[in-house]
Amino acid sequence: MDKKISSQKKVYDSAKRAHPAWEELKGVLRYKDLIIQLIRRDLVSRYKRSILGIGWTLMNPLGTMLIMTIVFSRVFSQVKSYPVFVLSGLIVWNFFSQTTQHCMSSTLWGSGLFKSIYLPRTSFIISSIGTGIVNFGFSLIPLLIIMLFTKTPIHLSVLMLPVNLLLLSFFALGVGLLLSAYSVFFPDIAEMYTIILMAWMYLSPVIIPEATIGSIMNGLLLKINPLYYLIKLFRVSIYDGMFPSISLVLSAGGISLAMFTIGWFVFTKKSDQFSYYV
Amino acid sequence: MFNRNKMIDSNRDFDILLEDVTVRYQLPDEIVRTFKEYAINFVKGKNKKRSFLALDDINLKIKAGETFGIIGKNGAGKSTLLKVISRVLIPTKGRVITCGQVYPLLQLGAGFHPELTGKENIFLNGTLLGHTRREIEEKYQNIIDFSEISKFINAPVRTYSSGMQARLGFAVASAWQPEILILDEVLSVGDVAFQEKCHNRMREFREHGTTTVVVSHSPDMITSLCKRALWLDKGKIIALGESEIITQKYKTEMGV
Repeated sequence: MDKKISSQKKVYDSAKRAHPAWEELKGVLRYKDLIIQLIRRDLVSRYKRSILGIGWTLMNPLGTMLIMTIVFSRVFSQVKSYPVFVLSGLIVWNFFSQTTQHCMSSTLWGSGLFKSIYLPRTSFIISSIGTGIVNFGFSLIPLLIIMLFTKTPIHLSVLMLPVNLLLLSFFALGVGLLLSAYSVFFPDIAEMYTIILMAWMYLSPVIIPEATIGSIMNGLLLKINPLYYLIKLFRVSIYDGMFPSISLVLSAGGISLAMFTIGWFVFTKKSDQFSYYV
Repeated sequence: MFNRNKMIDSNRDFDILLEDVTVRYQLPDEIVRTFKEYAINFVKGKNKKRSFLALDDINLKIKAGETFGIIGKNGAGKSTLLKVISRVLIPTKGRVITCGQVYPLLQLGAGFHPELTGKENIFLNGTLLGHTRREIEEKYQNIIDFSEISKFINAPVRTYSSGMQARLGFAVASAWQPEILILDEVLSVGDVAFQEKCHNRMREFREHGTTTVVVSHSPDMITSLCKRALWLDKGKIIALGESEIITQKYKTEMGV
């Protein structure tokens, strides 16, 4: 029996490690069941113990939309069916802001474990995005209700949603990795980030129509905002009812992939030092 | 990849090998915990770092199936040594080779979530230890039986007493025969009867060929469990050899 064990033994050699980015990728594949369990944990602990459980996810964008509609529908009266306009941007924004913040808090939670057992350090971050995807699915319900309520036609272009969500997820994953890599060393980054998020939201066409923000600095403010392309992707397919142009998909895809790659390399390089930080 | 592993496998006589392992922590002069302080100090040019040698040129070979003891005062570098072996910490210099999955049996139930039930936590904790869902399903009944909490398995863990949590933690962590087991300090889980059960399971592991590393500052514990031991102080090996001789030296030095 002992012989059988020894022939299967995994050998770890600190001198023969591959590039950390690659090692991490292999680790994530081996620990995929852990990621599923972590997503389950987040969803169950959030929804199980309250009657409103899933209701909260639905109420949050709905409530914000209602407030925004009351406050801004006069100001932006040129926008047709403003509730759908706001909601189609808000679900994207909520996904992005919630997942990136959750990435930081769950990495901080896991850092105690990282000091005692080996785990792929990105597993907590990936699971945060996974939880966000499930929540995003729920947030489509109020959107559908409002679209039916305001008699906004639903076009075939909503079939683009899975592709859009994939691109958005990779972008959020990249930002989440980057933030988490540094927030382990400086926890106050999380607080600074909430301020940045607030500014970022008002500079993105979430509540304020594109044309209004576009009039500032000849639209430069929009062009340099990576989230602009991703929000537009969703808004074109939901609100405008059109398939997004190839150039829009390519620019959104390029931004997401670049952000993910940067985040992955920075995080895996930094994560070796996590345990050194006493 | 496979061939290389086989090569190590066929002519190795060790499970854990450390070659010139040095760990140097970088400690800032003042501990900077926020980005704000870091930025202010950066402008002032005050981000100087002091380095601290936690492990200094350690060479060590632990044989397959051996129970090996590490003794030393607090801050001697014992925990750092364990971190290097369990691949949590990459050494600053030197090389670490381990053959087999390293299983640190410390902080039992560290990954438990209070809102989840005992059953859900078994799966969460099992996957944290690197097992697949299927492997956990195979051992599921065994874990419940060992932990003696079958009645409460569908209740949230926050309703458990600390003893129950520790029992469940131990039952999950010890459900699989580990290849390399790390024991940090004495096991004190639950009541005397349960402790007896834990010690029996540990003994079984050792008898079935698990390589075990025991860390303690109690010389008696080391002599009772280990044949060979190491005395670590300020990151250096003071003495290495038969555990009785090592602990005797340690006792004399400490004036116990």
